[in-house]
Amino acid sequence: MASVMDRAASAAAASPSPRPVFEVEGLHVDYLTEHGVLHAVRDVSLAIHEHESFGLVGESGSGKSTLAMGAIRYLASNGRVTDGSVRLNGVELLGLSRKELRKLWGASIGVVYQSPLSALNPSIPIGRQLAEVARLHLDMDAAAARSRVAEMLTKVAMPDPEAVMRRYPHQLSGGMLQRCVIAMALMTNPSLLIMDEPTTALDVTTQAVVLDLVADLKREFDSAILYITHDLGVITKICDRVGVMYAGEFMEQAALNDLFARPLHPYTLDLLGCVPRFDPTPEKRSLVTIPGAIPRVDELPPGCIFAPRCEFVEEACTRARPPLREVEAGHLTACRRWEAVPPPEEYLREATEAVRTAGVAAAEADALVEVEGAEVHFKAPKGVIRAVDGVDLRVCVGQTLGVVGESGSGKTTVARAIIGLTPATGGDITLRGDSLPRTTGKRSRSTLREIQMVFQNPDASLNPTRSVGDAIMRPLRLLGDMSREEAKRRAEELLRAVSLPVSYFDRLPHELSGGEKQRVAIARAFAADPDLILCDEPISSLDVSVQGSLMNLLMQLQVEKQTSYLFISHDLSAVQHLSDTIAVVYLGHAMEVGDAVRVLTPPFHPYTEALLSAVPLPDPDVQQKPIRLGGAVPSAMDVPSGCRFHPRCPRFLGEICVREEPPWREGEGNHRIYCHIPLDELARLQAQTLVFGDDAGDRDGAEREEHDDGEVA
Amino acid sequence: MGKPDLTDQSPGTATVDETAVEDLRARQGRGRPRAKSWRLYGRRLLRRPAALVGTVIFCMFLFLAVFGPWVAPYDYQKQNADLRLDAPSLSHPFGADQFGRDILSRVIVGTRNIFLLGGFGTLVAVVIGTGIGLLAGYIGGMGDEIIMRLLDVLLSFPSLLLAMVLLAAAGPSNLNIVLVVALLYIPMVARVVRSMVLDLKNKEFVEAARVRGEGRGYILVREILPNALPPLLVEASMRFSYSIFLVASLGYLGLGVQPPSPDWGLQINEARNFFQIAPWVLLFPACTIAVLVVSTNLMSDGLRQIMLPGGGRD
Repeated sequence: MASVMDRAASAAAASPSPRPVFEVEGLHVDYLTEHGVLHAVRDVSLAIHEHESFGLVGESGSGKSTLAMGAIRYLASNGRVTDGSVRLNGVELLGLSRKELRKLWGASIGVVYQSPLSALNPSIPIGRQLAEVARLHLDMDAAAARSRVAEMLTKVAMPDPEAVMRRYPHQLSGGMLQRCVIAMALMTNPSLLIMDEPTTALDVTTQAVVLDLVADLKREFDSAILYITHDLGVITKICDRVGVMYAGEFMEQAALNDLFARPLHPYTLDLLGCVPRFDPTPEKRSLVTIPGAIPRVDELPPGCIFAPRCEFVEEACTRARPPLREVEAGHLTACRRWEAVPPPEEYLREATEAVRTAGVAAAEADALVEVEGAEVHFKAPKGVIRAVDGVDLRVCVGQTLGVVGESGSGKTTVARAIIGLTPATGGDITLRGDSLPRTTGKRSRSTLREIQMVFQNPDASLNPTRSVGDAIMRPLRLLGDMSREEAKRRAEELLRAVSLPVSYFDRLPHELSGGEKQRVAIARAFAADPDLILCDEPISSLDVSVQGSLMNLLMQLQVEKQTSYLFISHDLSAVQHLSDTIAVVYLGHAMEVGDAVRVLTPPFHPYTEALLSAVPLPDPDVQQKPIRLGGAVPSAMDVPSGCRFHPRCPRFLGEICVREEPPWREGEGNHRIYCHIPLDELARLQAQTLVFGDDAGDRDGAEREEHDDGEVA
Repeated sequence: MGKPDLTDQSPGTATVDETAVEDLRARQGRGRPRAKSWRLYGRRLLRRPAALVGTVIFCMFLFLAVFGPWVAPYDYQKQNADLRLDAPSLSHPFGADQFGRDILSRVIVGTRNIFLLGGFGTLVAVVIGTGIGLLAGYIGGMGDEIIMRLLDVLLSFPSLLLAMVLLAAAGPSNLNIVLVVALLYIPMVARVVRSMVLDLKNKEFVEAARVRGEGRGYILVREILPNALPPLLVEASMRFSYSIFLVASLGYLGLGVQPPSPDWGLQINEARNFFQIAPWVLLFPACTIAVLVVSTNLMSDGLRQIMLPGGGRD
């Protein structure tokens, strides 16, 4: 992992090259749609040098992918570049013929997309696919190409490259596939490498490995990197300069540290405030919300496009569009009032408020739902899928239990077992002491009222043929026994409670944005006045600013109605922001459970430790000790013996971890850790794992602890 | 720096799906009230010339089916010895048949016949097929297997053959024809509906319905069925176009309605004998069948492209 000093060193090494490798000047990209011409990208300019990495940050609709693809002339058939200049190594790209462009694509330009599975041909072995690049662009024969491929796979830290070359894409995990794609893109040492959200589809721990890799490769290869993402945390890991885009234009461009320390545009400032901070104190503050919504590209305001939502707007801002200009060394902003933009710390304090204080996991008397030894096993032709394999949880009245885990952890399955969609096959789930019937069909109406759910995918959680009002009224009438008029009035109240205009009552879901649909889903869940709401990754598919406002909404509703939440997510930042107690789950079993503050401070379970060190924090000064997990999550059909985490555990003890299941070690309060290592020993070992933005911890190059066991499948 | 070359130099990837662009716009910020679906469908139809032509022609036939007897220039039954086998002329654009009856009028009036038989047959197939498809899709497991295999049995018979056998046994009455058409098309409709159910029953809004304790019946009819309507409509219109052909074939084989009914298939059969001296007697009904089938096909294909996401690629 590059420390601050390394980054400075590489920037210094790059400065002798005066001309940028990749230059975009005044680029305009349009889309032709059945509704007319959309000016998706307007007048953008940027420059990237050799060895330099430029982070392109923006929410959906900002035009970041369009900019990148338009610049290299790789748009869909209804996209057009209508003005501007793009130069790669001095050569103007916008005038080239398709034949000449084809020579550049693959040879001088490499692209890594979000989904590695769609980037690779499923019916051709990896080795042959990668060799294709070498043979085509590097003029190598078969043998030379194969050795080049093996060389590249070694460079991307692939265990056993020869074996991997013989495999097909479906036999490799997501992280390994993405590394293969990166190897493919870098094989020709391209002048420009474009990475479009390459880690968004990966688990947090896998993402960390890939980000480390990219940071390393930056030094070794000469490529200029254009890194596109919506995640501010990821940017801090590998980018030297950052550009923030909004609705098709650049709002700000600056060096990484400058942007985070002192943003000079209100939008950047707000974005930084929308991301939950890692803060192991019991006080829960709201997040910054940006009022209004991202404007549609065909409905832009006349002056500054951010003006309608800006805290610092003045009349002059709405008259003319301010150009992007350099106001400090290397720092460009499109805000006329940049000098009035306050420092982030100050702004965050003022723009947010304390909402509530995290509760402490109370005694059993206050428990609302208790899960004891829950098991959900599915019979498969080849064995048993142990999706949930012994989980104990407790949700207390009026509190939030956050369940965090990666893919394959079983967290969603546990929620489905609690609510009765997927019957538990073992263990006991009780509501206020009474055992809950395993399926919804067998539950009484009053039980159904008490537990409701908000689902992950906003597009699928509302019936497309039902209006918003209907969707909210239905549970009121079915479970609440209300008459039509009463239900209508209550539905309107609920719409107001989730900050949606009452005029939305008759709208159909396709007339709402993703964030609005999720608000309707939340209103619908609250309609029956439940005591517990299960939230299954409710915000993962939404933009950063929308995520922030929904988290605020959830917190506020909890304070008002004293509802409990079971909040499931892979996003540790969101979980720690909302939760009173946290459960960390791996491969169907809880690894660590306790009050949020306890779980986030040492001692940690080794898995929690790895998760915490893998979360990319949006703060370039924070030093996270790089605890990296090798391999991939094993299949739930083939759960490792003893402690199921032992094949990947960075603190693997030995024989005992393979032979015996660990005991639960009790810490303070209700904190417990499922590990063979005693708590005081863990505390000692982990004293310097994570630093929350201040001075403790080592600064120069923490040792990397990696345990790679070469698991391929 | 001059203006860049504006001609399309994209790598020839498929057109951006219109609905995908809509979705992208929907994800940002505030949604806005869209034009009601029908207007949107109408606009899309106008952009597809083939589908538009098909729809217009179909509507013309529909008009004839309803108002045929009043629109026809002559009485379709009136025989006129002077006009026997007359070639097409200004007063008789389609000519006259062996009994001196005006062919144009017979074709026009015959439209209603075909529309009724084919239409009702398709309607019954759709109603029963939808019921079966909903049931099979939702219950899954062994029940689903049994139902689908039974339907496969029906599908494995060549349709015309099965129709002939059934009609020969039951007698060629209008009701029997409708039932036979329905029986033949139930499996296809059921399949389409079942596959929609399989897809929809795992969607979150169906789970949300289960979570609030809705019964199976409610979920099937009020949650799932309304979302299965677009593919169902497309399938129904395709079935209709096949049913035209089937009814005409049955008429040709003498298993349709009996003379003097102006059934197109029957007309063709009767005209075989004079094909060499008066080809128009056969050609006009035949072309009419072809035009109706093709235009209904174009229309249903257009419906598929307009209403289904991604143009309904198979």
